[in-house]
Amino acid sequence: MKLRQLYRACCALAIALLSAAPAGAQDAAPIKIGIVVFLSGQAAAPFGVPAKNAAELMADSLNKGGVLGKPYDKKGFGGRPIELVFVDEAGGTTKQVQEYRNLVQRQEVDMIIGYIGSGDCLAVGPVAEELKRLTVFFDCGTPRIFEDASYKYVFRTGPHGVMDNVALALYTLKRNPNVKTIIGINQNYAWGQDSWNDFIESMKALKPDVKILDPQWPKLGAGQYNAEISALLAADADVVHTSLWGGDLESFILQAAPRDLFKKSLVVLSAGEHVVDRLETQVPQGTPFGARGPHNYYAPDSELNRWLRKSYQERYKLTPIQASYKMAQAFLGVKSAYEKAMDKNGGKHPDQDQIIAAFEHHAWEGPSGKVEMKLGKGHQAVQGTAIGTVKHEGGKAVAADIERYAAEKVNPPEGVKSLDWIKAGFK
Amino acid sequence: MQQFLAVLIDAVNYASWLFIVASGLTLIYGVMRILNMAHGSLYALGAYTAASFVGFWSTHGYFPAGVFLMLIAAAVTVGVIMGPLIERGLLRLLYGKDEIVLLLATYALFLILEDVIKLGWGVDAYYVSQPYGLLGNVTLAGLSYPLYSFVVVGVAVAIGVGLSWVLNGTQRGKLLKAVIHDREVSQTLGINVSRYYMVTFTVGAILAAIGGAFTAPQISVSLGIGVEVIVLAFAVVVIGGLGSLPGAALGALIVGLARSLAVHYWPAVELFCVYFVMALVLVFRPQGLFAAPELRKI
Repeated sequence: MKLRQLYRACCALAIALLSAAPAGAQDAAPIKIGIVVFLSGQAAAPFGVPAKNAAELMADSLNKGGVLGKPYDKKGFGGRPIELVFVDEAGGTTKQVQEYRNLVQRQEVDMIIGYIGSGDCLAVGPVAEELKRLTVFFDCGTPRIFEDASYKYVFRTGPHGVMDNVALALYTLKRNPNVKTIIGINQNYAWGQDSWNDFIESMKALKPDVKILDPQWPKLGAGQYNAEISALLAADADVVHTSLWGGDLESFILQAAPRDLFKKSLVVLSAGEHVVDRLETQVPQGTPFGARGPHNYYAPDSELNRWLRKSYQERYKLTPIQASYKMAQAFLGVKSAYEKAMDKNGGKHPDQDQIIAAFEHHAWEGPSGKVEMKLGKGHQAVQGTAIGTVKHEGGKAVAADIERYAAEKVNPPEGVKSLDWIKAGFK
Repeated sequence: MQQFLAVLIDAVNYASWLFIVASGLTLIYGVMRILNMAHGSLYALGAYTAASFVGFWSTHGYFPAGVFLMLIAAAVTVGVIMGPLIERGLLRLLYGKDEIVLLLATYALFLILEDVIKLGWGVDAYYVSQPYGLLGNVTLAGLSYPLYSFVVVGVAVAIGVGLSWVLNGTQRGKLLKAVIHDREVSQTLGINVSRYYMVTFTVGAILAAIGGAFTAPQISVSLGIGVEVIVLAFAVVVIGGLGSLPGAALGALIVGLARSLAVHYWPAVELFCVYFVMALVLVFRPQGLFAAPELRKI
């Protein structure tokens, strides 16, 4: 009888040890993260590659442990190393949905961080819910993600695009209170149309007598803007608004500046930071520009910001731009939420639901300052922002006359749609 | 009146750029019956090579006007290397096959060359605006225009006149016309058809690269610039009639004018106007404005 009991005890011990072994292995198992950014096409250079660079830098630095100061000094995510799987975001929404399924079902990633295109975010959100995988949008701008839907598994760590144009309108009117006419040149797709609408509605709310002229709608990737520039010159408006980005914005500036459009009208760039960084003094002095948040020129002088700029510069011989900042912000957001969930779980690694619970309404410090998940039932980040004007200094372009805007001044309150909030006079 | 003059100037500027690109496409189709999808990549290669050449020239502080020579040198370099390489290395193996096979082969080549560009120049955009600002501006219809735009008009006119002269006024041009008319009979008469094909494709490649090289100073030379161009160039040659040089010129002018009118008077339809014009022309002239009726060989 005793022998039988001893045998049973040995079996129980063996089972306990065997079942403990995988748990130990899981503790050390890497967290596999799918990174989806543009690696080809025209969005690769201005957004995709700077974001990919930042993802690699963050993963390598966090995996070493102790590279970043507290509270980000712990190795990886709560001690688990990070492993990255990159996917090209180019190719349209249908392809992206397929790629997302591949990442979850074949590559078996633990989470996904990515998506620059608003269309891709809108398409991927419902699939993330269906496949129940934590998905963090780091950059895409449309406010519709959480204003038109509610998600459990989807988060966005970058603020939506509304604040870019609200802040730009506030800035434009503060520095040019006598603006009478406005015209625009924006790409003829969701981003361009939303940006233009947000800007003119903000201007109308702030200065109801302002006259809106018929804007230009070149297609994405048009490259040639001479006819549009002629029309803008002929319109002779006080302000020209543009949300063009990347190569399109560079081409527009290269063609418009020699034709004196920037002298004739105040051209305001809602998302021009990455182009100012490249074209430098070819962007005329006095041009107001945004950075889709307080990134790069507008980032605070913090230890985290200094580390990002130094490490990125050393590794890639380039300055980190808005997409790099936003990717770093996403990594730190997920890491801090993961470790918060781990603390709540008594030091054990959290499961996905525990990470999600910790991520909702979470707040953390990024290289661009404080980020708070205040909208979309705690799934959508808000941040303050800043706008400045281009100043030529020592052969370089810098941001001067910087105005900072608190998050609550340029973002709608929870539960209110952005456009309704603007039209109601920001109430 | 002033605005209408601006419309015309913008239309001519845009049409000139379109014609430079479309002339190569239509020449290759006219002679070889190949709808060359890789034309967009040759355009992009021209732009990237011009960016490198002009960058090199400017960095070394050589005389400023030399940047225009660099644009031409870049286009010729691309055309002379890529033209024979593509024609001898790929297309020659597919002659006699269905047109759709050649179309697919050049589309595959287009995708490959996009990656070749990425390998060669990386994903970063390039800009070389020196030639654009070098000649200064001129005021027309109350608006400021860079003189560079009119250099592009001059290049387009030179290409149009030059090609017409070669095709109609020289012996080699007449032999080429014989090849266009009937390849087999030309071969039996002792014309080296294979060489004419290679030269034609090379000239077409140079024309695509000239388009890219002369556009480079106005734009940010970045990945994907060849895609937009090939779609527009196809619209132009379809309107004018596939294989017709005067058709390409007229097609470019029609597209340029339609786009310019839309931009100045009804910007919301700019996205759609080129394809609307193309559809309108095809309703009444399915073969395009200038294409001659084709004989069916039995």
